[in-house]
Amino acid sequence: MTASSTMTEEKTIRFEIYRQDDLDSTPYFEEFEIPYRANMNVISALMEIRRNPFNKKGEKTTPVAWDMGCLEEVCGACSMVINGTPRQSCTALVDQLEQPIRLEPMKTFPVVRDLMVDRSRMFDSLKKVKAWIPIDGTYDLGPGPRMPEKRRQWAYELSKCMTCGVCLEACPNVNSKSNFIGPAPLSQVRLFNAHPTGAMNKNERLNALMGDGGLGDCGNSQNCVQACPKGIPLTTSIAALNRDTNLQMFRNFFGSDSEV
Amino acid sequence: MAKDREFYWRRLHSLLGVIPVGIFLIQHLIVNHYATRGPESFNNAAHVMEGLPFRIFLEIFIIFLPLYFHALYGVYIAFTSRNNPRQFGTFRNWMFILQRATGVFTLIFVTWHIWETRIQAALGATVDFNMMEAILADPFMLAFYIAGVVSTTFHFANGLWSFLVTWGITISPRSQRISTYATLGIFVVLSIIGIRAILAFV
Repeated sequence: MTASSTMTEEKTIRFEIYRQDDLDSTPYFEEFEIPYRANMNVISALMEIRRNPFNKKGEKTTPVAWDMGCLEEVCGACSMVINGTPRQSCTALVDQLEQPIRLEPMKTFPVVRDLMVDRSRMFDSLKKVKAWIPIDGTYDLGPGPRMPEKRRQWAYELSKCMTCGVCLEACPNVNSKSNFIGPAPLSQVRLFNAHPTGAMNKNERLNALMGDGGLGDCGNSQNCVQACPKGIPLTTSIAALNRDTNLQMFRNFFGSDSEV
Repeated sequence: MAKDREFYWRRLHSLLGVIPVGIFLIQHLIVNHYATRGPESFNNAAHVMEGLPFRIFLEIFIIFLPLYFHALYGVYIAFTSRNNPRQFGTFRNWMFILQRATGVFTLIFVTWHIWETRIQAALGATVDFNMMEAILADPFMLAFYIAGVVSTTFHFANGLWSFLVTWGITISPRSQRISTYATLGIFVVLSIIGIRAILAFV
């Protein structure tokens, strides 16, 4: 091995990371510089900072807090705003990012600490719109109606939602001035209403969508469909639900002898 | 406002923007276009509109109430959004922002325009070719009127696009893309009609 190849200049990765100690404290940015390794993602870089918590100036600091789970972009926990774009940090590869890499939490949600946010409102919204299929009873009802294979394949795309919160962060109408539940739970209503057993309660979900903070608050900026890491056709779902809720509105208003 | 009424207010807002306010806008711009055929033509057309039976009721229920409900509720909608064009510089996001900006500007323009014409008429002024000629003789007002008309036609055309989505008519991305081109065409055509009429007074 020649001297030149071992004496290469040490490559580093620069970060600007949003720090906030708790829910109410004043946020600030802290810079970090860590040694380069090939094929790093943002999470492995954050792990490096955790292992050796010194900022760029060489001062010892608290390790950066963040959330993570599956590390393969299916759980949605590690979402954060990376260089201005909300996305999962597990699939954000350092080699593909412009430096300094700026990491911020998705501030649409309450910031628990640093890059960690509280996404509970999304789970509350799923409860609000009844995003489940009720099958419990006092006796075995047997198998439900069959689902056409084509519809199953289509519905699978909608079922990829991992409640990551990226679409809420991207939506201009989800903010502290509005109580809009955001695109993700809306599309889930379409998923459960498409299921042959779920369709037996579709009016309940549609009526829930017509509540305050529901479907009516969509302003069609269509950022959600651009931002969704799973490629879920969120705006198509919204438009389809517009049609369904309008029909439900007429049923409710003028009366109908069939509920579903 | 009562709880869980937001959805209905939003639907009403969307509906009124097109029926009757949008229809009235088209009719108004077409009547204005008589100005390109000379003062006499315009005055005759304005006279017919003025002489419509039950005019005050038509004005209240087809214009003022729907228009100002749409406008004021729209201002509320505009100020509950947090625009993010830097993160999402997409065409639709810009349309979203422009829809809100032109909505607010159109409200200012239309309110001024009503004050200058309809309210003055109620106070005894005659609304005719000469009145508009006098208003538009001021270069600032000419620019304000052209900006106002373009802002209004944009707001209407782009609003028509979201009306089609809101009422569940255009669902697929393809149909929404086609309606983008169609409403863009409506914007261009109505703008030409509107600006030609304005320039006829100059």
